[in-house]
Amino acid sequence: MPVTDLGAVHDSPVSKDLSSGDLSAGLDVLDAPAAPAVPSLFHRALTRVTAPALAVVFVLVAWQLATASGLFTRLSSPTAVLDELIGQARGGTLLPALGRSLGRAASGFAASVLVGAPLGLLVYRVGAVRTVLAPALSAFQSLPAAALVPLAVVAFGESERAVYAVVLLGAVPSLAMGVVSAFDQVPVLLRRAGRTMGATGLLAVRHVLVPAALPGLIVALRQGWTFGWRALMTAELITATPLPGVGRILDAGKQQGSFALVLASVALILAIGVLVEAGVFRPVEKRVLRRRGL
Amino acid sequence: MSPATTAAVRLAGATKTFGGTLVLDDVDLEVAPGEFVCLLGPSGCGKSTLLSLLAGLDRPSSGQVSTGGGRPALMFQDHALFPWLTAGRNIELALRLAGTADRAERRTEAMRLLGLVQLADAYGKRVHTLSGGMRQRVALARALAQGSELLLMDEPFAALDAMTKEVLHEVLIGIWERRRPGIVFVTHDIREAVRLGGRVVLLSSRPGRIAREWRVDLPHPRRSEDPAVLELAMEITGHLREEICRHARD
Repeated sequence: MPVTDLGAVHDSPVSKDLSSGDLSAGLDVLDAPAAPAVPSLFHRALTRVTAPALAVVFVLVAWQLATASGLFTRLSSPTAVLDELIGQARGGTLLPALGRSLGRAASGFAASVLVGAPLGLLVYRVGAVRTVLAPALSAFQSLPAAALVPLAVVAFGESERAVYAVVLLGAVPSLAMGVVSAFDQVPVLLRRAGRTMGATGLLAVRHVLVPAALPGLIVALRQGWTFGWRALMTAELITATPLPGVGRILDAGKQQGSFALVLASVALILAIGVLVEAGVFRPVEKRVLRRRGL
Repeated sequence: MSPATTAAVRLAGATKTFGGTLVLDDVDLEVAPGEFVCLLGPSGCGKSTLLSLLAGLDRPSSGQVSTGGGRPALMFQDHALFPWLTAGRNIELALRLAGTADRAERRTEAMRLLGLVQLADAYGKRVHTLSGGMRQRVALARALAQGSELLLMDEPFAALDAMTKEVLHEVLIGIWERRRPGIVFVTHDIREAVRLGGRVVLLSSRPGRIAREWRVDLPHPRRSEDPAVLELAMEITGHLREEICRHARD
């Protein structure tokens, strides 16, 4: 192999007028991305509250106009629904039902995470498991919770266990598949970088995979919560559990033919869904994305 | 002692095929401890494959790879920093995975490494707030944090503008002179190769073979515009052209 030797024939003319430190510091100042303008806290709070508030006002006004127009004789007015809610609360049935539903939703969600997250990781990491389980989980996702209730009731009777079975069957598949897709989206480069630093096996999961997938994992959790909450309401509505929840109040409204009670229950179920979304998942997601400059 | 243990890394008769295609053919390459080797070659010469073999991310189809000990550090064209961590924490994670158990010690060392790449103020900054050149310097500091005797660099400055590249070259040479890691630096920029390396290795394409190599005995500090650098770069360019033209006649 030919090797060419080139002696030090030339003196290297290095400019001495500017130190490399100055050049480097100057470039750092010029090239650093400009920080995005952050609006004031007051401004942010205002914009964050204004849009949802306007939406609520719009719905209430349209609703009030619809009842006042006399076209929908059976429709209860917003005030009638509010009276119904207050009456239920005074009657001592609403708050225990609300507490029970929220308790079931929370513990059902926790159980779904404990089952669904490791399941998702397993499907992601083990090829054989993915081949077998991924299609099954996707198929299960499309199954309506209402179809699961009779199954759960036959298996467990009209009991808490039946309700939890419906919640888990509703939430786990979507949560697990969400976890899989969150992991799938982690850039190969980051996994490679982790590997060259010695992050393999569980170290890679802890230090690279999970933090890299975090935004997607939050989406998966939110999806799991939504599916679980819907499944819970279906289960409470259809099964005659010994302890009534919000779904039971909705069913009572249907039995009594009370439009106001039905609407009150629906509004309550909707409000809980919106509040959990806006109060828990969205702030967490925003915080995570902001820290990464996304 | 056998020569295999004295080299920072050594490829002996390494061949790599992908799906029946010969990518690397019988490559012998030895990098001495503290040596700075630049790998040059036209596209398709298997530079990145060669680097993967050296890094232990891939195995040769035949032949041998032996590293002097420890896991080589690897730096990519894309910084590959973790966006959920600050610059300092990125380095601390590398230190932790390399076995520095004490948190305070990791912090001190991370600050020192950031100082080494002229980014003493960047400890608490998030990756997205840094410029491209700053990111690559943090990536360099993170690679150094692995404490490896061998640093593999895959076109690390290819995406940077000329001035930033110049700064990075000075930083890298400064570090190399002080700490003397073995470096294998893959690039397609001939002047960069001559400006940095103590040895420039030209690969041929399809399959990748070592075509020729030059020893660069010019003292540091060098600059890309130095007449001696330009002279050798022109000579190498001639050989690279020949290497590419050969394929037009295939």
